[in-house]
Amino acid sequence: MILSLRKRAERAHRNDRVFLGIVYGSAGTFVLLILALLVQLILGSWQSIRTFGFAFLWTSQWNPVTSQFGALPLIFGTVVSSFIAILLAGIVGILAAAFLSDFAPREIARPLSFIIELLAAVPSVVYGLWGLFVLAPLMRVAIGPFLQHVLGWSPLFSGPIYGVGLLTAGIILALMILPTVTAISRDVIAAIPQDLREASMALGATKWETMRRVVLPAAKTGIFGALILALGRAVGETIAATMVIGNRPEIAASLFAPSYTLASVIANEFTEATTDVYLSALLELGLLLFIVSFIINALARLMMWTVFRGR
Amino acid sequence: MNVTTLAMPERTAPHKTSIHIRRLSSAFGVFITGLCASAAALAMLIILFYVAVQGSQALNVGFFTHLPRPVGIDGGGVANGIVGSAITVGIATLIATPVGVLIGIFLALFARGALAESVRFLADVLSGIPSIAIGLFAYALLVAPLHHFSAISAAFAFAVLMMPIIIRTSESAIASVPRTIREGALALGLSSYRATMHVIIPAARPAIITGVLLGIARITGETAPLLFTAFGSEFWELNPKNPMAELALQVFNYAISPYDSWHRQAWGGALILIVAVFALNLIARAILLPRRQR
Repeated sequence: MILSLRKRAERAHRNDRVFLGIVYGSAGTFVLLILALLVQLILGSWQSIRTFGFAFLWTSQWNPVTSQFGALPLIFGTVVSSFIAILLAGIVGILAAAFLSDFAPREIARPLSFIIELLAAVPSVVYGLWGLFVLAPLMRVAIGPFLQHVLGWSPLFSGPIYGVGLLTAGIILALMILPTVTAISRDVIAAIPQDLREASMALGATKWETMRRVVLPAAKTGIFGALILALGRAVGETIAATMVIGNRPEIAASLFAPSYTLASVIANEFTEATTDVYLSALLELGLLLFIVSFIINALARLMMWTVFRGR
Repeated sequence: MNVTTLAMPERTAPHKTSIHIRRLSSAFGVFITGLCASAAALAMLIILFYVAVQGSQALNVGFFTHLPRPVGIDGGGVANGIVGSAITVGIATLIATPVGVLIGIFLALFARGALAESVRFLADVLSGIPSIAIGLFAYALLVAPLHHFSAISAAFAFAVLMMPIIIRTSESAIASVPRTIREGALALGLSSYRATMHVIIPAARPAIITGVLLGIARITGETAPLLFTAFGSEFWELNPKNPMAELALQVFNYAISPYDSWHRQAWGGALILIVAVFALNLIARAILLPRRQR
């Protein structure tokens, strides 16, 4: 039977209202989900927040036996390993991006980009495995002794070399964030107007001078955004860091010393946390990670938005 | 972009240096950038090489069909981990896909004002939140109240992890369907619901599927949240309400164990993971290829 036009219109209208309700509902649920994430972490860490207050952030005892929980050694390990990673991946990644966007012929740039971007797809646990069985032994017998031989006068490269430690973790993290830095910097550099390059070349600058004095300065904001985004990944990276950093909550000057990060403490100790306050302290580390990475990513997004706004 | 934003170089070209030296240093600079790009690609190939060589030594039929066996007994496999991972990832995909696509529809077609901006912002930021924090969320929400580890809680964490990817790819997929198609559908008297579901979504389908595949690739091999959600299991466990074996977790546990035979198992598992993730990425890209060539 053919429905009257009016009935059909009414039915369509009703369907639309339900449909729109579902669409808006999912969007609202998503916002609520993130709020719930924050609330759950705050609730879970409440006992620890009440017990230790802000001193949690600068106390250097992480001792489950005496229920003393201070996050300073973990913050130290996280900051130093991430800093090494950003330093290494920043230099290599930005230069590689310059090559891929400006210097390399297309036939070389495309496969190279593809291979580098595959680095982003490798699961974290595979990086950890490789770091533990390939990089760490190499660090112990070759890279470490070499660095010590050359730079041993500095406290940064003194002390025993275990293989696992801050430097090894930093290198693994650098590999993990390299594709982020490279891909975004390449896009940012490629988005710099061609006119600028042509003007610079017309004034007699060489390719390299054009890159260093014209293109890279113009791409500064976007590249900085890429580095911040990569920093966010390095800070929150868990499994790979856990496998190669040595897992010892101590602050040492040497980059060869084992250390611990916020994320790897949670990974290692969460299922073994026997007391409520222990569990709560671990959840507070999670809250800390959440807040820090939220701020980092919000900042990065702001910068990328400034760069790509015009497109 | 505004040309005036370009700062003038602090110094003019160094005219004191001869052109030969400048050309030489330019060539050197370009060479260094090429070296960096090659080094990055080489690192990828080296890792791949190690996983392929070491992993292939562990692979045999038993590796795919047997349960894990204790140290000292040969022939153990990761069958339960493969199945467990597939179940967990499957449930996560079933949760995240409809919700993610609906939010993508919202952003592309209906979004106005503050709700849209905050959803977009939160989706971007969520993609950078460490997976371990999301694992803690799943623990607090689904494990702690029930006093029981479960594959469901792991699937929930995975769903949250893959959601931002699905949201943003389906948003851009839907937004790239020409406006005129939607307007034509509406002008023919189709309801908004039918225009979206029967006209726009089919047109955007390949790109949406790509997004879902990339989302699956993102969570396959993700380990951190599993530690206190799925927890792992030595047995055949097919009920998602119970702790379940997960391949990524097995790789992790075997790797940090002190036994050589277990290390070999870890490499084998890593090879399976990496092949699965790369295959997902390649399929995802391949789906979009014919579109781009058109």
